[in-house]
Order: sequence, then structure tokens, then C-alpha cells
Amino acid sequence: MRNKFADAIYEIGKTNPQICALVADISPAGSMVKFREEFPERFINCGVAEQAMIGIAAGMALKGMRPFCYTIATFSLYRPFEMVRDDLAYQNLPVTVIGMGAGVIYSTLGGTHHTMEDIAVASAIPNMTVLAPCDPEEMRLATTWCATESMGPVYMRLGKAGEPDLTSDAVDPFEIGKIRYLVKGDGDLCILTYGITMKMAFDIADRIQQKSGKQPSIVSVHTIKPLDESGILGALSAHKNTVVIEEHVPHGGLASRVKELAWDNGITTGLKSFTLKDEFIHFYGSYEELLARHGLSAEIIAGAL
Amino acid sequence: MFPQPLDVAAARQRCMAYRRRILEISQQVQALHAAGAFSCLEMVDVIYNALMRGAAGNSPDTFMMSKGHGCMAQYVILEDLGVLSREDLDLYCKPEGRLGCHPDYGVPGIEASTGSLGHGMGLATGMAYTERHVSKGDGLIFTVLSDGELQEGSTWECMMMAANLEVDNLIAFLDHNGMQSFGNTAETHPKFYPIREKAEAFNWEVAEVNGHDADAVFNAVSERKGGRPFMLIGNTTKGRGVSYMEGGAIWHYRSPNPEEYKQALDELTEISS
Repeated sequence: MRNKFADAIYEIGKTNPQICALVADISPAGSMVKFREEFPERFINCGVAEQAMIGIAAGMALKGMRPFCYTIATFSLYRPFEMVRDDLAYQNLPVTVIGMGAGVIYSTLGGTHHTMEDIAVASAIPNMTVLAPCDPEEMRLATTWCATESMGPVYMRLGKAGEPDLTSDAVDPFEIGKIRYLVKGDGDLCILTYGITMKMAFDIADRIQQKSGKQPSIVSVHTIKPLDESGILGALSAHKNTVVIEEHVPHGGLASRVKELAWDNGITTGLKSFTLKDEFIHFYGSYEELLARHGLSAEIIAGAL
Repeated sequence: MFPQPLDVAAARQRCMAYRRRILEISQQVQALHAAGAFSCLEMVDVIYNALMRGAAGNSPDTFMMSKGHGCMAQYVILEDLGVLSREDLDLYCKPEGRLGCHPDYGVPGIEASTGSLGHGMGLATGMAYTERHVSKGDGLIFTVLSDGELQEGSTWECMMMAANLEVDNLIAFLDHNGMQSFGNTAETHPKFYPIREKAEAFNWEVAEVNGHDADAVFNAVSERKGGRPFMLIGNTTKGRGVSYMEGGAIWHYRSPNPEEYKQALDELTEISS
């Protein structure tokens, strides 16, 4: 997805001189090299200085630019948190902060490189939009929106690489602020998720269909803030059971938001969530193995449903 | 380079009037950071009234107060220039007003929201870079930092980047009053010094003057060599102009009581250095 992100920035940047990219010694591959070569004045490598990256991006936005700030999610959001809050959100500037490789995908790099709380942290800030596209095409559409339509700051959580196409047969089009049915099932089970765990959702749906013959709905909640409350309530009401899956700690993410909504609106259909544990797990294995330690795998979740 | 020569006598008169106005407003609120405004007042005055080109509110240049708590200095000047109204300042920190203890982006004349220290250098660097290297304009970016802000790592990150990005249109004023909450910086953090050599090591051009000497401030900036970001270290006195405020940590925040106010007015005089 990160290569495709660079492609998207390059394509938009060719015609929109407001687009600029700031990185912190980590750069997406793909077309970012072309962007840098063709528009050197609109590419800044701030070095290992993430506070500078966000602050400089804010200053550029104050002079009319629409910057994208890019590095690994822990470093783009946590390290310069107060710059994100004060410089970007308080001033409501159109700067997009890319959190690359969020979740625990950097499995063996350990907890310093795991981003398990970013949705809660970013969502807590007024003015902030929080996006998490699930495949390269959603990412391209989300990036285009950030580049051309967003009126304020965005935190966009991206996967690392190799996400398959999951949306070319989607039921609904992509629209910021709206949930999107990728698969509309038979009303028994609805799976709500976003970002990189969408692939797992498809796997879970396959297993359930093979086991019971029932077809779950699969919904991409690519816009976590502002959350499509009526869309979520509609999904809860239209299915006997709903399950929220997210690669994020149990509090402050989509799961807890959906539960709040359900409680506030007297929803009586079933609702479960599967998330990362509220725990730093010191385990050095593959990404999938680490997710499984947190209780996230298609096998575990399908078995529990 | 700058079209307006500095009328030193007029600058001294203005700053006396600005101090008087700040003291006047201090009687309407319990706190207003008067001392930190007094220490940078001559520098902010020189920026607005001599260094920035064009009419107020329509200059190609930008001033951004990095040390947000010094914004009373900015407010009274913006009032004088007609960018803010008298009513705006009379309603300082009042529910019906729009001016708070720190500058708020969106208010006329306020180019960025500041208040948390260590943010201004990044904002100024991004502004200067865009002006210089993206828009290819000749806009200058002026900012005033507190010396305390140089204790923030983010400031040094951005000073490194400003030099790397060759923003020769960035002119930073350091309000070096040498005081912070725990006392004199020279005693609380002796290795904070030297400042000048640190900035020069980051490839900044640096000059050092008495920050209350408007003529020296103006000349130092006007005569800079250029080609690099520029820092003027203005050696100042916190609370300058009111004897009991000078060197008293409590005046970082507190407003004078009526007797103290009267004494302050009686003491005010034109400051030459």
C-alpha cells in the first residue's frame, strides 16, 4: 500500500502545486523518487526529527500548501503528538499525517515499532479526521480526498505492503464519512472492520460460509472519525449479530465507539468485538503469530462466532 | 533592503505608550504576562514598525510570535497599527472578546496559534521555506522566541532544518531575558550557555545586541550578511521599564494592584538601551 500511496501523491502532485511531501528519513518507495526528482522543492526529508516534520508542515499549510507527512505510525503520531494537536488540529490545517505500518505488523521490531493505540489517540483530538483504507484502491481514493477536499487535518493509517485488492467488487462506492458494504450478506452476521484486518474479515466470512452456509456482510469502516453513526446503526439493526474486528487496543477504537452507539440507541442485536489485547506482548515471531497471541486470527474468530 | 529607516526617537515614544497601554489593560484582568511582553517590546516594535514592509495587514512579510505568552506586546502594536481595535484590547480575556493570553490563529494579525513553547521555530521554518523555495517570493518571516524555548529539543530540530533548507528569509529574535520560573537560567541551567556558538554551529548567522536598544536591533538585522537563517540574540530584562517587575519571577504572570499600577505609570520613561 505504501508504494501505491507514493503513486497517488505523484499523480495528484503533477497537477496540484499545493501538494508536498515531508518524510522523516523513511520514504515510501514507488513513485516518491519521481516526485522528489520532478518536484524537489515540494519534497522535504526532515531527517529523524518528527517534531520538525509536523511543525514545518504546519508552517507550509499556513502559507497555502497541503502537506503530507509520512513515516512509521508510532513516529508520525506519537513522537510529535503535541505538534499534531496544536499545530495541525488546533489551527485546523489541511495536513495529512500518514501512519505507515500501523498495528503490530513490525512484529519482530518489538513494541517501540507497534502502533496499537493510534486510532484512540488521533480520534481524541478535535478537528481530526481519522481514515484507515483497507486496500490500495481505497487508499488512492482516500489520499485524493485528503489532497483535494479535506478542510482540516487527517490521520491516515496505512498498512505496510502487499495488501490485495478487496474492493473492486464492493457493493457500495467509497465515500468519506460513510461506511461501505463490500459484501452484503443474508442478515445473520455483519463484520465491521477497517484497514489491514479486512483481509482477515474475508477469510472469516469464507470459513463461516463453508461451515454454516450463511453469508456474512463485510463492511469497510474506512472513516473512523467522523463515524457514520446512521450507517453503523443501520448495520447493527439489519443483522442478528455484528462483530467488530480491529488491530487496535480494546478502548478508544472502533469497537468501543460501536458499543457506545449501540448502548445509546438501545440496540438489542448481538455485538462482539475482537481487538488487540491491552497488553505489550514481548513475542518475536511472524506478524500473524503475534496477532494470534493477541487473539486475532481468522481461525480463532471464526471458531468463536 | 528595508524601505523604512528607523526613527529612534519615535520608537522610544511608541514603546513607552505601549507599556502604558499594557499596564492599563492589566488593571482589567488578574494576569497578563506583562513582564515577558516588556522584555521583547522594543524588538517587536522594530519588526512591525520598521522591518516589515508595506502597510499593516498587507505586508509581504510575516510576523509570528513564537513566545506566545509575550502576545501583549503584539496586541498593543496591532492596535496601534489599526489591525486590532481598541475594543478588542479592552475585551482582552473577557467572554465577549476574542483575545486570550496566547495568540489565536484566525484573529486579525495573528499568523499562528502559539503558547506551548518549542512550536514557533517549526512553524516559522515551514512558512519561510514555502515563501522562499515554493512560492519563490521575497517574503520575510520574523519570529520572536523566548530563551526558554531553546531548551525544547523541537526548536533545535527546526534550527537544523532551517539551515539545511537554506531559508535565508527567516529572521528569528531571541528574547534573552535569562529568567525562567525557577530563577536565573545562568544558575538553574548553566550549560544552557553559550547560545551564540550553538546557533552558529547549526549554520545560523547570529548577532547579539541589547534587545531594548531599538537602533541596535534595527541595525543588526539590516546589516546582516544573509544567505542563511538569521538569529538576533536580544539581551533583555524581563519586566523592563517597571522597577519592581525587573527580575521578579512573579511578574511573569501577575497583574499589578492599583498602588503598584500607579507606581508603574509614574516610573515609565523612554528606554534607550
